[in-house]
Amino acid sequence: MRQLLLFLVALSLSLSHLASQAAINIYKFDDPVKKERFYNLIGQLRCTVCQNQTIAASNADLAKDLRDKVYKMIQEGKSDKQIKAFMVDRFTEFVLYNPPVKGSTYLLWAGPLILILIAISILFFNIRKKMNAPSEDISDGEHERIQALLKDRQDGKND
Amino acid sequence: MKLRALLPFSAFVILVVLLGYGLTRDPKEIPSPLINKPAPEFNLPTVKDPDKMISQEIFLNKVTLFNVWASWCSACRDEHPLIVKFVKQHRALIYGLNYKDDRSDALRWLQLLGDPYISSASDLSGAVGIDWGVYGVPETFLVDKKGIIRYKHIGPVTDDVLNKEILPLINKLEKE
Repeated sequence: MRQLLLFLVALSLSLSHLASQAAINIYKFDDPVKKERFYNLIGQLRCTVCQNQTIAASNADLAKDLRDKVYKMIQEGKSDKQIKAFMVDRFTEFVLYNPPVKGSTYLLWAGPLILILIAISILFFNIRKKMNAPSEDISDGEHERIQALLKDRQDGKND
Repeated sequence: MKLRALLPFSAFVILVVLLGYGLTRDPKEIPSPLINKPAPEFNLPTVKDPDKMISQEIFLNKVTLFNVWASWCSACRDEHPLIVKFVKQHRALIYGLNYKDDRSDALRWLQLLGDPYISSASDLSGAVGIDWGVYGVPETFLVDKKGIIRYKHIGPVTDDVLNKEILPLINKLEKE
């Protein structure tokens, strides 16, 4: 049963991989570096129509046009930076799956770190409180007796 | 002690407010980077006469609407009568960008539904659309007398958008 499940998962993954490949394997490169850059870039640009897909994964018309555009720009010798700037000029930074660190994105980048710091300090605070709290294994009466004994001893020392 | 008990509750309220804000915004509306920038250059044949070319110079010296449409786009069909009515009523100037459309389909569409456009540019490849940041047809731009884009609406316009946003802005830009 488990093997069958695994097989099905593997099958669907490879099929979806095939489907996303099918749309983009028409691009021919004479230079493997350019090819690598092309697939890298289209995997980093968001399709503005379908929003949760990259232009590599999307079958939308616009995604196809943008892939063609990236291909053309790479063949023209444009740098990755120039191609990204081209997209940002037209569709804003929203098209970058990896938004740049700047004023309006500080919270986005620092957010997880801030949350972790808050969580750690709460944890630390609680542990310290627990350590200082009286042990729960003894009853109130016993606790009073202990305090009394300790006080006696301290009083004795002071004498 | 009471204050401490309120802490999870207030955290919850803050979360609800933030999520509420996030969920009620339309993620389809990406602010256009083209606002207050010159209209991107183009040089395209018109739909009516493929031998006649028009360029971004059509926008100079008048306040102009620029509507991106296509015969295959059903939302365009919804907004079209509103645009026809608006243009007739307020004598607004409007050009069209016929986006990735077949010429004969486009001509039939205009004949059937009316043609409010002074002229429509035929962007068969969609390259000009990319330069204009078009990603969801229909889109409507408002360009001022200097050829600067001042406003953009993504998706079909409604009577409210036309009369409460676009019309006041046209009147304001006319005086500039």
